[in-house]
Amino acid sequence: MSNDFVRQMPNSGFVFQRKAGLGDKIHLDFTLMFLLLCISAYGLLILYSAVEQQTAVVVSQMFKFGAATVVMIVMAQISPVVYLRLAVILYLLGLVLLSLVYVVGIEVNGSTRWLQIPGIFRFQPSELMKLVVPMILAWYFHDRHLPPKPKHILWAIVMIAIPVLLIGGQPDLGTALIIGASGLLVLLLAGIHWRYIAGAISAGLLSLPALWFVLRDYQRQRIMTLFDPERDPLGAGWNIIQSQTAIGSGGLFGKGLFQGTQSHLDFLPESQTDFIIAVLAEELGFFGVVILLILYILLMGRGALISLQAQDTFGRLLTGTITFTFFVYVFVNIAMVSGILPVVGVPLPLVSHGGTSILTLFAGFGMIMSIHTHRRITL
Amino acid sequence: MVEPLALKDHSGESRIYVERAVTGFGILLLLTLFLVARLFFLQVIKYEEYATRSDKNRIQVQLLPPIRGLIYDRNGELIADNIPSYNLTITVERVDKLDETLVKLRGLMNLDAEDVAGFHKRLKRRRRPFDSVPILFKLSQEEIALISVNRYALPGVEVEAKLVRHYPQNELMAHAVGSVRRINEKDARRLDAVVYSGTDHIGKIGIERHYESELLGKVGYQQVETNARGKVMKVLESNLPVPGKNLVLYIDSSLQRVASDAIGDRRGSIVAIDPQTGGILALVSKPSYDPNLFVRGIDVKTYSELRDSPDAPLFNRAIRGQYEPGSTIKPFIGITGLVTSTINPEYSIEDPGWFQLPKDSRLYRDWNWTKSGLGGHGTVNFEKAIYRSCNVYFYQLAVKLGIERIHHHLELFGFGLNTALDLPEAKNGLLPSRQWKRDARQLPWYPGDTVNMAIGQGDVLVTPLQLATAVMVIANRGKWIAPRMIKSGSKRIDENAVLPDDVDLVPDHVWDLIISSMEKVVHRGNQGFGENGTAWAYIGRGIKYRMAGKSGTAQVVGIKQGEVYNEDELEERQRKHAWFIAFAPVDNPQIALAVLIENGGGGSSVAAPIAREVIDHYLLGGNRGVARVQLSEPVQEEMAGIN
Repeated sequence: MSNDFVRQMPNSGFVFQRKAGLGDKIHLDFTLMFLLLCISAYGLLILYSAVEQQTAVVVSQMFKFGAATVVMIVMAQISPVVYLRLAVILYLLGLVLLSLVYVVGIEVNGSTRWLQIPGIFRFQPSELMKLVVPMILAWYFHDRHLPPKPKHILWAIVMIAIPVLLIGGQPDLGTALIIGASGLLVLLLAGIHWRYIAGAISAGLLSLPALWFVLRDYQRQRIMTLFDPERDPLGAGWNIIQSQTAIGSGGLFGKGLFQGTQSHLDFLPESQTDFIIAVLAEELGFFGVVILLILYILLMGRGALISLQAQDTFGRLLTGTITFTFFVYVFVNIAMVSGILPVVGVPLPLVSHGGTSILTLFAGFGMIMSIHTHRRITL
Repeated sequence: MVEPLALKDHSGESRIYVERAVTGFGILLLLTLFLVARLFFLQVIKYEEYATRSDKNRIQVQLLPPIRGLIYDRNGELIADNIPSYNLTITVERVDKLDETLVKLRGLMNLDAEDVAGFHKRLKRRRRPFDSVPILFKLSQEEIALISVNRYALPGVEVEAKLVRHYPQNELMAHAVGSVRRINEKDARRLDAVVYSGTDHIGKIGIERHYESELLGKVGYQQVETNARGKVMKVLESNLPVPGKNLVLYIDSSLQRVASDAIGDRRGSIVAIDPQTGGILALVSKPSYDPNLFVRGIDVKTYSELRDSPDAPLFNRAIRGQYEPGSTIKPFIGITGLVTSTINPEYSIEDPGWFQLPKDSRLYRDWNWTKSGLGGHGTVNFEKAIYRSCNVYFYQLAVKLGIERIHHHLELFGFGLNTALDLPEAKNGLLPSRQWKRDARQLPWYPGDTVNMAIGQGDVLVTPLQLATAVMVIANRGKWIAPRMIKSGSKRIDENAVLPDDVDLVPDHVWDLIISSMEKVVHRGNQGFGENGTAWAYIGRGIKYRMAGKSGTAQVVGIKQGEVYNEDELEERQRKHAWFIAFAPVDNPQIALAVLIENGGGGSSVAAPIAREVIDHYLLGGNRGVARVQLSEPVQEEMAGIN
């Protein structure tokens, strides 16, 4: 473990120093937990309104939060070295499962995303990849020179592209984009030269017209709808018209909790899942949304701080990526509901109804806590 | 990590990471500010606009269903139009207690359990909020009045006017243009919900189905502000529907009517085609049904009566009925002989009245074979083989040709194929081959099969449309033009045309021989016993133009198992099918047709007069010339079972 020795050399660089406390002993980060609790509680309140105050739905969602918290605590106890060693195996396993989806997957609403383990449960292998793709890339770069060389960048892109293409083909454009973005975030944080970033952005912009031909009809429809929702007010435009009306009519302070007319008169579609921010905006107004955004920023700020204090490349890259990917969710979801981005299925983290995404998010935060609290030396 | 130079620069890496993470967090904050700005724009700057849209007045999108395209015949006569129909609908979002409203409605009007069940079924389908759901169709004036008077007590209940399909010619065009039917659950799952918003009907069969995308049009909408009771306060924006395209068909309604009347109460079919355009002038299948029944929604009893009737009125004989062609196949076998130079135009045989394959004791008889051995047609050349419909000539020719060449050349006339451009529901018939028999029957092709094929019996099956098409190709001297229903209104038509090659006959005057032979079927008369054209006695006299034709009498394949008939009917249904194919005028063909009368008897005596009646009407403009009634001269010898 000569590497480890080298890595433990006291740094002359820019390092945040901290002392070990109770949290480190039980491998938890109380700041993160407190912020997660605040956001979850706020989210449950909004959900309670969105589901017409059906207590049962909210209670079931609370149980999901509880289960996710347990997973988070367990994951926080596991040493980062284990994650480092498991990265490759998990990645390969993930690819196998994603391929299996094509063979024995279950079709729901025209896309095949689920694997069923007969009689037990069903799950989406793409959820697993949301964590495994950052892990494999952090593993890949942890003992390589940074900033990465072009050859290594190329390999990294291949490692991102395989799962992204497999998921995009299901088709699940939303998840594919999120995972692609998380992979690229690792590259950015690994210090890939700005030159490449500028090149990639301009190449991306140039290839947009080509991409148009690859998209499916309904996906094109969504993009067209973005520029002109009135174009198709019966189909894809309906959601946007209604969600914008809901948001706009909320005003500064909103119509009051449970008082939203748009959401409660069934005008607003998907109001419990992807479009739930519109319920918040309608009922608690501009300030209600800003409060949520502040909570999100504090959470991500804490995540970023932890990544700065991480002691090795693996820890830095993994915590940083999980944190910034969280922001991709927030941004894509709110931008989509408020009509800036096309409608892709991305939930609002910790607020949208549904257990899978919460589980993945909490597992991610568990890994952040693990990295933060399993330190080799206390400075 | 053997190379010392490969030691990682950890402080450097850490510095890079810090730089990146801080920059990244800065971008994150900027993007968040961007979101805040967007929300500020929607919630503060545009607040007034959205608040009015949503507060007391609610914004709604109302559907403006398109008007389905009309269908005309070639002379501008309407075949399918739209008439208003009033439906009772319920918008459940505006109803406080649905059950109470339903009870009230049942008190007011004739609403049975089936209607309510149908309503609940439609209610469960995917729909937009505030879309109304129909519960009762085709309201009478009294019912509309009743609802209007009681409106105050029935919030959410509306009378909606909709245009629905109407077929003014009722039964006449049912098989020619098909019909629309109410969209059912299965359709709803398959169809694009947006495209079919506000549309209750879909083309289910025939032209209505094939040209559905043209006829449908594009749904429009208006965004309206409504008050809490659903009353429209203001139209914000509207986008008018685009009506469906009107179609013009080649069908000639008056010809269709004449053809339909000529068949009368019998079961049968007529397909007539304009050889110059391929346009289908008449497509009759009898008995028929009233397509309007299906538009309104047919009740179970009427439907099962139609479905189970032994006369099968729902069955489109013209394009889906597959029958043995009988002797109508002979001109095509003859052409095959000439094209392949297996025979030359002068070739002739001595017909003893029967034919035998080598090493086979079975006797294949001619239709005028007698036990005494006096039957047969004597010396028979090509022309006589056609106009006397000599079996033995074609038995011999077919055996010389062999099934491969027969199969290949009959396919050139469209046998075994659907060559129509816009009748995808048409059956292909059956053009047997060695391969087919091995696959379908696990049997080798016997020489006897070829012999049967020579006179259109055995396994070969054709539809009236196929025979009309084949005779049209003869009228065009081998040039192909695909049969089609549509004259204008859609350009989709020529893209999917896959046609057989033209039939090249060298030299061209060989066509004269074939056509003159078929002409003699109709016009060769007063020649004495056994020398007249087979159809002359029935249609050849007093005819004002030259017609080429060929009769056929096909065996009835058999009665379906399990079907029960009484004695009289059994006998009737075992009679042979009567065929006649023809085109006219010979030197400038305007119409080619095939007539089929199921269990009609002789082709010349039964089907030919109908063909003449139809062609007379088409060429002479309704001045029907000689019809069956003018059969005054004694024609006993010709009546004796002409084939």
